[in-house]
Amino acid sequence: MQGNEACAQGAVDAGVRFFAGYPITPSTEIAEWMAREMPVRGGKFIQMEDEMASIAAIIGASLTGVKSMTATSGPGFSLMQENIGYACMTEVPCLIVNVQRGGPSTGRPTSPSQGDVMQARWGTHGDHPSITLCPWSVQETYALTVKAVNLSEKYRTPVILLLDEVVAHLREGVEIPDPRKLKLVERPRPRGGRDQYRPFGGTVHEVPPIADFGKDFRCNFTGLVHDEVGHPSNSPAVTDRLVRRLVGKVEFNRDEIIHWEEIELEDAEIAMFAYGCSARSAVSALKSARDQGMKVGLIRPTTLWPFPEKAVDAAAARGIPLLVPEMNLGQVVHEVQRVAAGRIRVRPLSRVDGELFTPMEILSALKEGF
Amino acid sequence: MTPSQTEPTPKASLDVNTKWCKGCSLCVAVCPKGILSLDGLGKVYVDKPEECIGCGLCEETCPDYAIRVIKNV
Amino acid sequence: MPFDVTSYLRREMLPHIWCPGCGNGIVLRDFAAALEKLDYSRREVVIVSGIGCSSRAAGYLDFDTVHTTHGRALPFATGIKFANPELKVFVIMGDGDASSIGGNHLIHACRRNIDLTAVIFNNHIYGMTGGQFSPMTPKDKKATTAPYGMIERSFDLCRLAGAAGATYVGRATTYHNQLLTRLIVEGAKNRGFSLIEAVTHCPTSYGKRNNMATPTDMVRWQKENSVLIDRIKEGKSSLQEGQFPVGLLHRHDAPEFTTEYLEVVKRAREK
Repeated sequence: MQGNEACAQGAVDAGVRFFAGYPITPSTEIAEWMAREMPVRGGKFIQMEDEMASIAAIIGASLTGVKSMTATSGPGFSLMQENIGYACMTEVPCLIVNVQRGGPSTGRPTSPSQGDVMQARWGTHGDHPSITLCPWSVQETYALTVKAVNLSEKYRTPVILLLDEVVAHLREGVEIPDPRKLKLVERPRPRGGRDQYRPFGGTVHEVPPIADFGKDFRCNFTGLVHDEVGHPSNSPAVTDRLVRRLVGKVEFNRDEIIHWEEIELEDAEIAMFAYGCSARSAVSALKSARDQGMKVGLIRPTTLWPFPEKAVDAAAARGIPLLVPEMNLGQVVHEVQRVAAGRIRVRPLSRVDGELFTPMEILSALKEGF
Repeated sequence: MTPSQTEPTPKASLDVNTKWCKGCSLCVAVCPKGILSLDGLGKVYVDKPEECIGCGLCEETCPDYAIRVIKNV
Repeated sequence: MPFDVTSYLRREMLPHIWCPGCGNGIVLRDFAAALEKLDYSRREVVIVSGIGCSSRAAGYLDFDTVHTTHGRALPFATGIKFANPELKVFVIMGDGDASSIGGNHLIHACRRNIDLTAVIFNNHIYGMTGGQFSPMTPKDKKATTAPYGMIERSFDLCRLAGAAGATYVGRATTYHNQLLTRLIVEGAKNRGFSLIEAVTHCPTSYGKRNNMATPTDMVRWQKENSVLIDRIKEGKSSLQEGQFPVGLLHRHDAPEFTTEYLEVVKRAREK
C-alpha cells in the first residue's frame, strides 16, 4: 500500500466522511482515493475550485458534525493558511494533510522536502495552537492519520499531518487493523440545553462543547474575537481570555498529545533527532554506526507541534549531543537548540537538493561532528 | 387629554424605540402624511399621531427597527 | 401576528453596528420577512456570511450562523449544504466580497448549481474599510481609491451569475422592499443556486462622496435608476443610460449538485 492510500484509509477508518480538495502533486492520490471510496462509504467527496475553497468547505462540513479533511502540498498549504486560522479561532475540528514537496513556490513538485515544518506551526497569522504530526512509514501514516483525526475532535482544533513525498509515494506492506477495534474520539457535544450552551467557554485548558448545525443551538461562529456564546467582542478581557484558552487547551495537554520514539538511546553517547523521511535514513545510519561500535541513538518525534521538549531535555540532561538531519536549511534544529539551551552540542545537517539523505552522509556527519 | 367621542380613532399607533433610532430621517422622508420629524436629540418624533394611516412604510424603511406600526383594529 | 423583524434577530445585539441610514438594516429586515414567509423551522436554517459591513448581518440573525473569511462564504456554505442537504443554507455577502475576492467561488457555486440562496448586499463600495471602490462601483463614481472617479467598468453580477449557471437570479433595491422579499422567497424555493442582488446604500462612505448627501437621496437614486424588468418586457419602459433592471432577471432549470451526487453514489455502489 502507498503512503497516500494509507492516509486516506486511516482517515476513513477514523470516521472521516467528508473530503474536499484540489489536485496537487504529490498529494493527489488521496483525493483520487476519496473520489472513488467516499460514495460507497456513505461519505462525500467534492473537488473544489481551489485550496482556499477546499479548506472552507471542510470547515463548513465539520460544522454539521461530520469529520472532515483535505489534502494538499506546499503551494496549496500556503493558500489554506487563512482558513486554518479561522478553524483555530472558531475551534472547528478538521484534518489538513500536507504532503511536503520542494519549495519555495512551485519548487520541485515530485521531490521530497521538509520545508513546511515552521509553516505548520506559524503559517497562519496571530497566536494560535498547532498540532502537527509526522509519520516516517506507510504503516505509521495510517496510525497517525487516525490519531490526527482523534486529536482534532478531542481538542476542537485543526490538526496538520505532515507527510513528505517519499513517505506519500512509498509502497510498503501495511497491517490494517479491524476498524471496529480502533479507538475513535468524538468532539465534545453539549449535554444541556441552549441556555447553558457556552460553545467558547471554559477555563484556559478546557475544550468547550460544540453543537452540530441543525440541532437548534443557533450559535454564531466568527473569526472575530468573540465571547463565550460567540458574539463579536472588542473587550480586552474577552480577547485575552480567548487567545490564551485557544493556545492553552493544547499547551496544557502537551503530555497527552506529544509522542516520540527512542531507538537505542539507553546507552547512547551521541544521538540524532530526526523525523519523517529523514528518520528513515537516520535509522540506517544508526545501524551502520552501531556495527562500527559507535554508541549512537535516535530520537524520532511523531509529534512536531507542540514540540516534544521533554525528549530533547532528557538528552541534554544526560549530555548527549544531537545531530538534526532535516530536508531544509534548519527548522526543527532551532527548536532543539532552544530546549538544549547550550547544555549540549546540537548540529544541523541539511539537504535541500530534493534528494533523500543517504545513511552514509549522516554517518559521516556523526563521525565528524562529535 | 382624552379623545372626544366625535374624533375618529387613528388607524394605527407608532411604537418608537428611541434607543435604536439613529436619526437617519428615512422615515421622515417616506411618511406620506408627513407626521414624523426628528426631535432636538436627532431621534424620531411623532408630530401628529392622530393623522397616521397605518401604511407601514416607516417601519419597512427604518434600517434600525426603531418604529413599529401597531394597527388599531 | 404581524411580522416583527426582531423575532428573527439576536435582540441582545441590537442596535446594530451599521451607520445611520445604512441600507443594510433594510435588506436584513426584508431577508427576515422572507424567512417568515418561507416558514422553515429555526433549526434547519443556516446563514453564512463573508467579511464586510453586510456580512455582519449573519451575527444578528438568530439561527446557526457562520461569519467566515473575506470572499469565502460560498465554499463554507457549499461544505455545509453538501454535508447536510437537509439544511436550508443562505449566504450573505457584500459586493466586494462576492465579486472581487470571492469572485471565483461565486462562478463555481453558480456552475455547480448547488442549492444555496445567496443575497448580495450591493452598496457599490467597501464600507467597512472606509470607502474604497469595488468591482461594482459604477463608472466615474468616486471612492477613496478612485479619488478622480472610477475608470474600470463595473460587474453586472446578475448577468455574470446567469451566464455561469445560477438557476434563479434577481435584483431589487432597498426601495423595493416587497420585491426583494419575494425574490428571496422564490430564490430559496428554487432547487439550485439562487443569487439575489440587493442594491443598498452606504451614506457614509459612498453617498457623501457622490453627491448624495443623505440616505433619502440615495434611496431616491435607487428609485430613479431602477426599472422593473416586467415593464421592460411589456414594452412599457426601457433602460436609459446608467439604469438597471430589477425583478426576476434569469431563470432556468438544471440539475442540482447535491442531488446529482446521489447519482454518483448509485453508480459507485453498482460497480
